[in-house]
Amino acid sequence: MRAGWLAFVLGALRALVGGTAPPDARADEAHADPRRYDARPHPRAELAVAALLVLGGLLWLAFAVLIIVHADTQLLGIALAGGLACVGAALALASKRLVPQEVDVEHRDPVPPVVDAALTREVHSAGEGISRRRVLAGAAGVAGCGLVGALVAPLTALGPNLDGAPNRTPWRRGRHLVDTKGKRLRAADIAVGSFYNVLPEGDPRALEELGAPIVVVRVEPATLDLPPGRADWAPDGILAFSQICTHAGCAVSLFRYPVDEETSKPPALVCPCHYSTFDVRRAAKPVFGPAVRPLPQLPLAVDGDGFLVASGPLAGSVGPSWAGVRRAEDLR
Amino acid sequence: MRRALRAAALALAVACGGLALWSAAAGGRRAPSPPPPRATSATVAGLAERGRGLYATTCAICHGEDLRGVRGRGPSLIGAGAAAVDFYLATGRMPIEDPTDEPLRAEPQYGRRDIDALVAYVGSFGGPAIPRVDPAAGDVARGKESFTENCAGCHQVVGRGGIVTGALVPAVTDIPPRQLGEAVRVGPYLMPVFDEKRLPAAELDDVAAYLRYASDPDDRGGWGIGNIGPVPEGLVTWLIAGLALLGVVRLLGERAR
Repeated sequence: MRAGWLAFVLGALRALVGGTAPPDARADEAHADPRRYDARPHPRAELAVAALLVLGGLLWLAFAVLIIVHADTQLLGIALAGGLACVGAALALASKRLVPQEVDVEHRDPVPPVVDAALTREVHSAGEGISRRRVLAGAAGVAGCGLVGALVAPLTALGPNLDGAPNRTPWRRGRHLVDTKGKRLRAADIAVGSFYNVLPEGDPRALEELGAPIVVVRVEPATLDLPPGRADWAPDGILAFSQICTHAGCAVSLFRYPVDEETSKPPALVCPCHYSTFDVRRAAKPVFGPAVRPLPQLPLAVDGDGFLVASGPLAGSVGPSWAGVRRAEDLR
Repeated sequence: MRRALRAAALALAVACGGLALWSAAAGGRRAPSPPPPRATSATVAGLAERGRGLYATTCAICHGEDLRGVRGRGPSLIGAGAAAVDFYLATGRMPIEDPTDEPLRAEPQYGRRDIDALVAYVGSFGGPAIPRVDPAAGDVARGKESFTENCAGCHQVVGRGGIVTGALVPAVTDIPPRQLGEAVRVGPYLMPVFDEKRLPAAELDDVAAYLRYASDPDDRGGWGIGNIGPVPEGLVTWLIAGLALLGVVRLLGERAR
C-alpha cells in the first residue's frame, strides 16, 4: 500500500518535471509539414464514453434515491463523487479521442522584404526579453509601491480601535454572577479547587460581548497573594477573572488545581490556544506563555443572601492587547 | 567505585534499621504506628484493620504514619476519601516511584482485596465516598453539553486528552464509569474538583453516557483519523485530494513537444 503511494508520488513528480522539459524538436519543425488531420473512427472510445456517461447519470440518480430512502453520508458522498468522476472521465476521453484533432497552417501571401525584416527584428528582440532599462524602472516602481504601503498601513492603527468594544463590559457593582444555566452562584457552594464558567445576570447580550464571560475559581484563602488594594476582592478565596485571554483573545478554559502543590504545580488558569498560564493567587499574573498582561480581575462580594455579586467593574482592559489597552493600570 | 557505593548503601541501610529499632524501643513516639480506623461496622472494621497494616508497610513512607502527609513526598490523606484511594490504586497511579512525577495510568500493583482494605482504612478518615455512576441512566446529548463546558478544555471534546502546562491530560474514553466518577469528585493531580453542587449525580451520568459514545463515535465523515480534531482531518483531505488532482492533471495534460 505504502509502496504504491510512493510510486504514485514519484510518477506524479516525474510527470511534472518532464512536462516542463524544453522543446528540442525545433530543427525538425522547419522542414516537416505540421498539417495533420486525425478523424479516424474510435468505436471502442465511443462505447467507453457512452458507458461512462450512463454510469455517471445512474450514480447521480442513485444519489437522488438514496437521499430519500437511506441518507447515509458515505453512500451519498460515493454516489455524488462517483458520478462526477465518471462524467469527468467521459469528457476527458471524448476530448482526447472523439473530437477530431486537426493541425492546420493558415495560408499567407508573401510579405514584402522590408516589412519582413522589421518583423524579424521585432520577433528577435522579443526573444531577448525586456530591455534592461525597463526592468530596472519596473523593479524600482515595485520597491516604491512597497515602501508607500509599508508607511501608510500602520497609520490605520491611529484610527478607531474596534470602537472600544472589548472594553464595553456589563460588569458593575451589584451585578450578580450566574452560571451558564442562569442560576445565581451561592458562595458557600463553591468548593476549594473548583471552577465555574460565569455570566452576568440579566444580560441578554452576555454571550456576544467579550467583556461578559468570567471564570470563577476558589483557592485556600490563606494562600492568596493579591496586589495591594485587592485584599477584599476575593471573599473566602473565591476569585473571578475575565475569561478572555490577554494574548490572542481565546477563552481561557483550562484550570489546574493541584492535590499536592509540593510535588506538582501551583493552581493556574491556562489558555488552550498558546498555553498562557495565569497564577490565580497572584491576581492572574502571567507566569508562562505569550501573554504579558494579567487577566482583568472582577472584585467580588457576598450579598445578604449568600450569593456572589460584583463589587466593582473589571480591573483592566478585557481581551488581547492589540485590541487596545486603554487603561493606565494595564501598562504598569 | 561500585564496591564503595555498595558498602555505603549497606552502611546506610544498617544505620536506618538501627534507628528504626531504637525508635521502636523508645516507645514509638518518634514514629507512631498508624492510628486505628474510625469505622463502626464489624466487617468494615476488619477490612480497615487489614488496610491499616498494608498502609503502614507501603503508603506511610510518603503519606506519613499518621496520614498527615510528608512535605515534598506526598499529601495528607485525611479527608482524601474512599474515592481517591480507589481511583489511585485501581488505575495503578499509586504507588509511584518518584513523587514529583505525574501519576499516570499503569498496571495496578494491588489486588482487589488489598485495594478494598486500603479504601476502607483511609476512607474511614473522611472524604468523598466512591460515587455510583450509571451511563445507562444518562443522556448522551446533555452529557456532551456538560462535557464540552466542563471537561473539554483539557480533555478535548471527544475525550482524547491533551496537555496543560505542567501535566499530561489523560484520555478519558474507555475508562470504567466508577473511575470516571471518582476522578470527577476527587480531582486527581492537577485536575480541579467537581463536587455534587458543581456537577450533580444525574449530570455525571450524562457525562458517562457521552463518554461511552465518544469512545467509539459514529464517524459520519467515514474515517475518524483518531478523532483528534480538524487540523489532521484537513491535512489528510488536502494531501489525498491534492495528489488525486495532480494525477488527473497528469492524465489530461499533454507533454510539450
